[in-house]
Amino acid sequence: MLRFLGLRLARALLTMVLVVTFAFIVLRLSGDPALLIMSADAPPEAIAAFRQAWGLNDPIWEQYLRYFAAIFRGDLGQSMRDGRPAIELVAERIPATLALTLPALAIKLGLGIPAGIYAALHRNSFADRAVMLLAVAGFTVPSFVLGLVLVLVFAVQLGWLPSGGQESWRHGVLPVLTLGIGGAAVLARFTRSAMLEVLGQPYMRTALAKGVPWARAVRRHALPNAAIPTVTIVGFMVGSLLAGAVVVESVFSWPGVGRLLVVAVANRDLAVVQCILLLVAATMVSANLVVDLLYGVLDPRLRSAPREATA
Amino acid sequence: MSDIPLSAMPAPAVWAPPARRRARVPVLVVLAVLWLVLMLVVAFAADLLSPFPYTALDLRNRLSPPVGMGGVWLHALGTDELGRDVLSRLITSIRMSLLIAFGATVISAVLGVTLGFLAAHFRGLVEQAVLALVDFQASMPFLILALAVLAFFGNALPLFICLLGLNGWERYARIARGLAVSAGSQGYAAAVTGLGASPWRVYGRHVLPNIASTLIVSMTLAFPEIILLESGLSFLGLGVQPPMTSLGNMVGYGREYLTRAPWILLAPSSVIVLTTLSVSLLGDWLRDRLDPTLR
Amino acid sequence: MTGDEPLLHAQDLVRRYTMRRGMFGKPVEVRAVDGVSLTLRRGQTLGLVGESGCGKSTTGRMVLGLEVPDAGGVAFANERMPLPGTPEWRRLRARMTMVYQDPLGALDRRLDIGTQVAEPLEIHGIGTRADRPGRVEALLRGVGLRPDHARSFPHELSGGQRQRAVLARALATAPDLLVCDEPISALDVSIQAQVMNLLSEVQARTGVAMLFISHDLRAVRQMSHRVAVMYLGRVVEEGEPDDVLHAPAHPYSQALVSAIPHPGRRGGRIVLKGDPPNPAARPAGCAFHPRCAVAAAVCAREVPALKRRPSDGRLVACHVAQGDAAAGAGLPQIAMEAA
Repeated sequence: MLRFLGLRLARALLTMVLVVTFAFIVLRLSGDPALLIMSADAPPEAIAAFRQAWGLNDPIWEQYLRYFAAIFRGDLGQSMRDGRPAIELVAERIPATLALTLPALAIKLGLGIPAGIYAALHRNSFADRAVMLLAVAGFTVPSFVLGLVLVLVFAVQLGWLPSGGQESWRHGVLPVLTLGIGGAAVLARFTRSAMLEVLGQPYMRTALAKGVPWARAVRRHALPNAAIPTVTIVGFMVGSLLAGAVVVESVFSWPGVGRLLVVAVANRDLAVVQCILLLVAATMVSANLVVDLLYGVLDPRLRSAPREATA
Repeated sequence: MSDIPLSAMPAPAVWAPPARRRARVPVLVVLAVLWLVLMLVVAFAADLLSPFPYTALDLRNRLSPPVGMGGVWLHALGTDELGRDVLSRLITSIRMSLLIAFGATVISAVLGVTLGFLAAHFRGLVEQAVLALVDFQASMPFLILALAVLAFFGNALPLFICLLGLNGWERYARIARGLAVSAGSQGYAAAVTGLGASPWRVYGRHVLPNIASTLIVSMTLAFPEIILLESGLSFLGLGVQPPMTSLGNMVGYGREYLTRAPWILLAPSSVIVLTTLSVSLLGDWLRDRLDPTLR
Repeated sequence: MTGDEPLLHAQDLVRRYTMRRGMFGKPVEVRAVDGVSLTLRRGQTLGLVGESGCGKSTTGRMVLGLEVPDAGGVAFANERMPLPGTPEWRRLRARMTMVYQDPLGALDRRLDIGTQVAEPLEIHGIGTRADRPGRVEALLRGVGLRPDHARSFPHELSGGQRQRAVLARALATAPDLLVCDEPISALDVSIQAQVMNLLSEVQARTGVAMLFISHDLRAVRQMSHRVAVMYLGRVVEEGEPDDVLHAPAHPYSQALVSAIPHPGRRGGRIVLKGDPPNPAARPAGCAFHPRCAVAAAVCAREVPALKRRPSDGRLVACHVAQGDAAAGAGLPQIAMEAA
């Protein structure tokens, strides 16, 4: 188990290093930072001074190490638009994003998992087909279309709810629904197939054959085993809490991290983009670590043997 | 789709190509295929089919509603606020979106299969490196990576297609590596290697055709994702740039006229939904028919 | 070239693997093959027999050059075996081929038999495109298949036919050496004899040398000019098939021979007791001593060398058989069963 944990931790760190390296490479490949930040018609002496000040004349690996060190200190640069530290700008947007994504996560879990289990247990019934069709539809309708259709119906036609902004809880209803419905569809589809696979396993047949009641067999054997793959995708959903709302926040003009990211990309505000990238990577990596720990709890085999896929 | 058992049947011990019997094809799948054929025809014959150039202005008919909502047949799907014909723009957008999605899917498959084969062939460090990349890719929401690259590099169509081609390669890499390793450890690939075949021949002539059906199914399943990704980015104004247009672009533009002229937005939205839905249905059906091992 | 010259000579082959038991386990070195030497003459068959896990397949793969020995070396036609993947190695594949235990796994299920039989010809540029169909036809006939089998796919053939197809492909380049790794153990008993007869017939016709690997002592006897018995990565006895089968010198060979069902045989069947051999926990001294009926004290200390027995010149690796030690009572028990 310790070895398992150690491996997972090492892999998580490696992923973070890869993300930072990715950011560094992309940053350097995207052009001369001096020219990017100073305008092109700045006097050459000013550009030279800038290079000197920022160490752009040093060997590339020195810049790389310095970049790492800066990130460790939490120094992620200043926004090019208003000169405030990027990390501050991002941090103050986090609550707004969580206000959308946490209720949406509750909808995904509360709707998607039961629907998937129900569909699998009543396979080929009308309910199963309805759930699957809805799930496929929910998966194929992009969130911006779903969001705009909801706005069209509930805000424009019926006038029940506001179409955008963040003044009251009523403003949050449509974006939360938009986020939740799509995710619930994905989760239902996934849970159903995980369940079906487990239901077809020999140990289920054995349990039923030796007279274990159906409900008990499902509770004792099927659900815990189907939980293992489902936990992965839920982990991904939790990990993308900060990033999952990029499109929806834009549709509803919700001032969260996602909206900030889109604006920053449009303005090429590199410090902010990089800060969000690292933040998302960190959440994702932590969520994956938690998922791995849960695996250990759910699947006793993993406590003593490394996972094949990662070994 | 409901007529086909969705269960992942255990792989038969003896592999046989799918029997050439005429199974009843579900109605939904037939409809999906018909829709996709229509989309392909539209994409290929866009210039012949569109009634107007997609940038042509008709200032006398601005925000004209489509037929059925009080519009005229001249602009069957209405016009936008510059008087551009929505149908013509839609046709051009379909071509653009499909082109991007095809290009990206192919790039992603080629990249993934190549890396997967490299990992399977060389093992050791190469394999570990590929697996680390796979992990990295699988653990980051691709939209965020894509946005970061767009922020750093700005946008141009070829770059945009290549960028989308980075989406989902890790799935092909996993499949290709897994299947190549199992074919190489004792199966036909090892036998052909033992006959003196070069790696090119082993992978190109034997392994690739053997895993092609699995790959095609995965490509079909990944295709809607790419369409959604492209339209999402274009919707945000970070994908295809005007004056070019794509389905996501049209939705993003139509959003400004949501209250006054919802048709501008509804036409491309429906096309996106119907197309992704059709490809998904087709992909699910193909998977159940060709490759029950894939989920 | 004269027939006396050895076609293949393997000297002191060693192959180690490291494996880990469980998550905290220390890496354990496993010697799958531990100092095996073999010599094979042109047109002859060497039988390699032993339980599963005794390293006979690994030996076969090293002899073919598919795996690189950790120590020792293989010389084929007096040339050192090149490293796998090099152009020389690839060219050599035309001269040494292999027949597998699982013919269905060894064939590409998407290509027809004719294409696959022609593949070695394509790879090594033998003949022209135009005369390949003719060659394929002759090869198929040579292994007892009909020419129209060329258009069949592997799954359309029976197990025996598939093995014939694999053999036809292996013979396409007219190799000097054919390694048969358990070629009959996946086949029905009724088919086994046919395939063995076919192999003998092919050898008589083409003069190909064979390394015949099997756990079936009777099959090995029928096929081979010489027999080598392996136990835990070492050859414990080598000799003429009749000698080894009728008067086995090594206690392990004796146990193997006695395990062959024999109608009307009188006397006992030696049933080996004790743990089945585990290459990861190789006993000290003679690896067989914990299961040996006649093991003496020296057997637990010293590894017996494979050498000629002074009395009759038989090659055997056993202190007792060599007469260096008096037969002990065996360290663990041995059971004699009345027939």
